[in-house]
Amino acid sequence: MTAPYVLTMVLLAIGIYAIACKRNLIKVVIGVMVAEYAVNLFLILLGYRTGGFAPIRTEAMDQAAGAAEAAKSFAAASVDPLPQALILTSIVIGLGVVALLAAMAIRLHEKYGTFDVSEMRKLQG
Amino acid sequence: MGVMTTLYFLMAFIIVAAVIAVEARDLLSSVVSVAAAGAGLSIIFLLLGAPDLAITQVVVEVLCLVILIRAAVTRKDTTYDARPNTFAVVGGLAFCTLLCAVAAYAFKAMVPFGDPKMTMSGPYLLKSFESTGAANSVMGVLLDFRAYDTLGEATVIFASIIGAYVLLRHVGRRTDARHESDR
Amino acid sequence: MRGMSPIVRTVTSLVSGFILLYGIYVVLYGHLTPGGGFAGGVVLACCFILMVLAFGAPFVHGIVSERAPYLWDCIGALAFLAVGVLGYYSGQFFHNFLVPAASRGADPTVSAGNYKLLSSGIILPCNVAIGIKVMACLFGVFVVLAAFRPAPKAQED
Repeated sequence: MTAPYVLTMVLLAIGIYAIACKRNLIKVVIGVMVAEYAVNLFLILLGYRTGGFAPIRTEAMDQAAGAAEAAKSFAAASVDPLPQALILTSIVIGLGVVALLAAMAIRLHEKYGTFDVSEMRKLQG
Repeated sequence: MGVMTTLYFLMAFIIVAAVIAVEARDLLSSVVSVAAAGAGLSIIFLLLGAPDLAITQVVVEVLCLVILIRAAVTRKDTTYDARPNTFAVVGGLAFCTLLCAVAAYAFKAMVPFGDPKMTMSGPYLLKSFESTGAANSVMGVLLDFRAYDTLGEATVIFASIIGAYVLLRHVGRRTDARHESDR
Repeated sequence: MRGMSPIVRTVTSLVSGFILLYGIYVVLYGHLTPGGGFAGGVVLACCFILMVLAFGAPFVHGIVSERAPYLWDCIGALAFLAVGVLGYYSGQFFHNFLVPAASRGADPTVSAGNYKLLSSGIILPCNVAIGIKVMACLFGVFVVLAAFRPAPKAQED
């Protein structure tokens, strides 16, 4: 079933619409944030295993079975840790991107007095 | 409630919050609404078995909220006073519908939801506790098997924050004759 | 920046110690429980940002000097790189040269060195370095954003 993936694409489409068609700079930044949420969600949905648990090993798992047995059953029942590692860095990078965009928006507002991007094209120099 | 029902409910919540964030006239309302979408996303991460991501997502969206409230100095979105650009709106909506339609067709060829292939993660999960000693496999992958990517990520954050510092400094923006070249 | 009402200040002075402790816990135990350097670093930055919002920037600059975020940001990044270069000691960039031999391939139910703070080699110093770096850079960018004042326009003519 592909319904969760298609819903994520709807979220990405909302973000792209805000980036491309909105004239207020803050709305553009909000569009970037929404597009980022959509991409992170999509990659985590790819790694989900039905009935699986988080990829953290505990002592109880080791005591219930032997060493190799515990490793095999852990690997067969846990969700995928590789997308989680990628998205962990991506979330913090998203914060850096929003900070940089907010700094640009503040400076543009200081220079032009407005957040409207169509005004910024008219007031050259 | 089953996992799928909660997942669909939370995704509907995120989509509604994103639509409100994009279309609201008051900038403060739209910023708060995108933070609500981020909180819903953090609950989805917890539901999908990613607790590290849930912690990171909720604190990061609180910080984004604080930064955006500081940046949105005017409360009102003045672009709604001028004439709306019909071509842009119609073109944007048409493109988004096309994107969703192509995605719905293309995703039929994907691996079904809930059954990942795990060609690379199978060996990682089997060996991560024995060769790294870390019980949290995500940290084992991030800081032992793939530590070079983490170095790249630290560099990207460093560069973007330095960019923000450079944009917001006051040195070199004075207009007297000594700094003619910096103007 | 001014600071906020006495209720906010009282609650902040009661709570920021616990937030700092929670952030340090999330960073240090990142290899055993969910969390890690990134999540813990952002929580630590949130603690300092809360103090700036509640007490005002001049008060916090008495505790943490003005140049401290930049300094600790660079120290954290260089420490992370240094841990990677030290991996050349056993032949590979970012090689995990500190994993104790007892837990390398041994039976986990027997060996007593598992699930402890020091049982995962370079992951702990890496987490600490990343936690310091993320905390310093996010706190620094918040202070710079909050202290930004638009330049007066009367000079241009």
